[in-house]
Amino acid sequence: MMLQNQYILNLASKGLRIDKRKQDEFRKTEVEKNPIDKAEGSARVRMGKTDVLVGVKMEVGEPFPDKQDEGTLIVNAEFSPLASPKFETGPPREDAIELARVVDRGIRESGAIDTKKLCIKKGEKVWMVFIDIQILNHDGNLMDAAALAAITALLGTKIPEYDGKMVNHEKRTKKLHVLFKPVPVTTVKIAGNMFVDPCLDEENIMGARLTVTTKDDGNMCSLQKGGSEPLVMEEIEKALDLAVEKGKELRKLVG
Amino acid sequence: MKRSDGRKPDELRPVVIKAGVVPNANGSAMVQMGRTIAIAAVYGPREMFPRHKKIPDRAALETVYALVPFSTTDRARPGPSRRSKEICLVIREALEPAIFLEEFPKTCINVYIDIIQADAGTRTAAINAASVALADAGIPMRDLVTSVAAGKVGKDIVLDIDMTEEDITKCDLPIACMLREKKITLLQMDGDLPVKDVKEAMKLAIKSCEELYKKQKEALKERWVKK
Repeated sequence: MMLQNQYILNLASKGLRIDKRKQDEFRKTEVEKNPIDKAEGSARVRMGKTDVLVGVKMEVGEPFPDKQDEGTLIVNAEFSPLASPKFETGPPREDAIELARVVDRGIRESGAIDTKKLCIKKGEKVWMVFIDIQILNHDGNLMDAAALAAITALLGTKIPEYDGKMVNHEKRTKKLHVLFKPVPVTTVKIAGNMFVDPCLDEENIMGARLTVTTKDDGNMCSLQKGGSEPLVMEEIEKALDLAVEKGKELRKLVG
Repeated sequence: MKRSDGRKPDELRPVVIKAGVVPNANGSAMVQMGRTIAIAAVYGPREMFPRHKKIPDRAALETVYALVPFSTTDRARPGPSRRSKEICLVIREALEPAIFLEEFPKTCINVYIDIIQADAGTRTAAINAASVALADAGIPMRDLVTSVAAGKVGKDIVLDIDMTEEDITKCDLPIACMLREKKITLLQMDGDLPVKDVKEAMKLAIKSCEELYKKQKEALKERWVKK
């Protein structure tokens, strides 16, 4: 393990990677649309060996007191122990909560979902949109895979019929209105160099990480720095530029 | 009699079994029975934590069964429920007799099963997936464990009931067996059924397990036998 870490560090200092990718190269990314027909919308994203499944469920509930005429958006991530020998059963860990919150912010802050349109009756009934992230295999960069799957799932989401009393999940007619496609790009700093889409071996030794979510027009809608090392301005600028450039490629996969 | 989806009474739903679907795990499998989809991953034998739970003369088998939130019609709240805890227990007891646990004293074998879509028969799909995953992990076993549920709709004993039938069935009888020695490792029943029918349902279920058993073995061959 120590030897391999040293090997990756040595490579990284020369701008090279253990899987021979370029610094700005994503792993082979596949997006599968609506694999789960019980969900209102779903998507599975495979980035190399990382495998993430996202499902959207919709229920009718009460609005928040301060937002009487807006539907709610809830993002939740489960690090199933099935996906990695490091994951354990029990309540969500810090990193699962961070993942859910970063995905949440990307969708919420970009305004991708018009929550006002999810209001059924002001102050009483609104749609609650649950976005559940399920990890099937963890090989690094869960952020990008999960956020990509989340927006793809939302784009394929159809709203179930509601007659004022019961939600009929079997009958879904209207499409959920999605205005933008926020797409994240995560860049990590290893041995002074910047690399997109870290695999798990790289993630384990990275000094710092920056996840940048961009909208269709190239605007940023969320940033999240991680890791214990600081970043300098040039490095951040590099990550921002990469996010715009690579985000365009990823956005094509979303549809 | 025609069933709601046009199957014959003793006909199973379309079954797909695939071994080796979770690269991180020591062994894994996906089992799809109709719309129900289970993914199982095996980690171990590995060191037991906390250490006081070590068993001196054999490996401990730990099973975790979970419905993922979007697998059901109404969202399932994440985290264990009373139902899922009971299912964890019966799955563990269904698998234990098949494994040579005594070969790995003081260790732990973890079996994690996520139901990514639930359309009745999740525990049977879970057991089928888990036993292929255990074999895929190279853990020595007496036999694969194969499982299916029987029910009764109208006058007919039917096999592998789906969600629409689950609402009208007079009973739900999941069973798991090790076919080579005809040993039954899981048997549950709820409903209202005369003894004669229970016996018939059990026999039918065991018979149809043969078909599943074949598919389980094919999945393992597909992954491990060089062409």
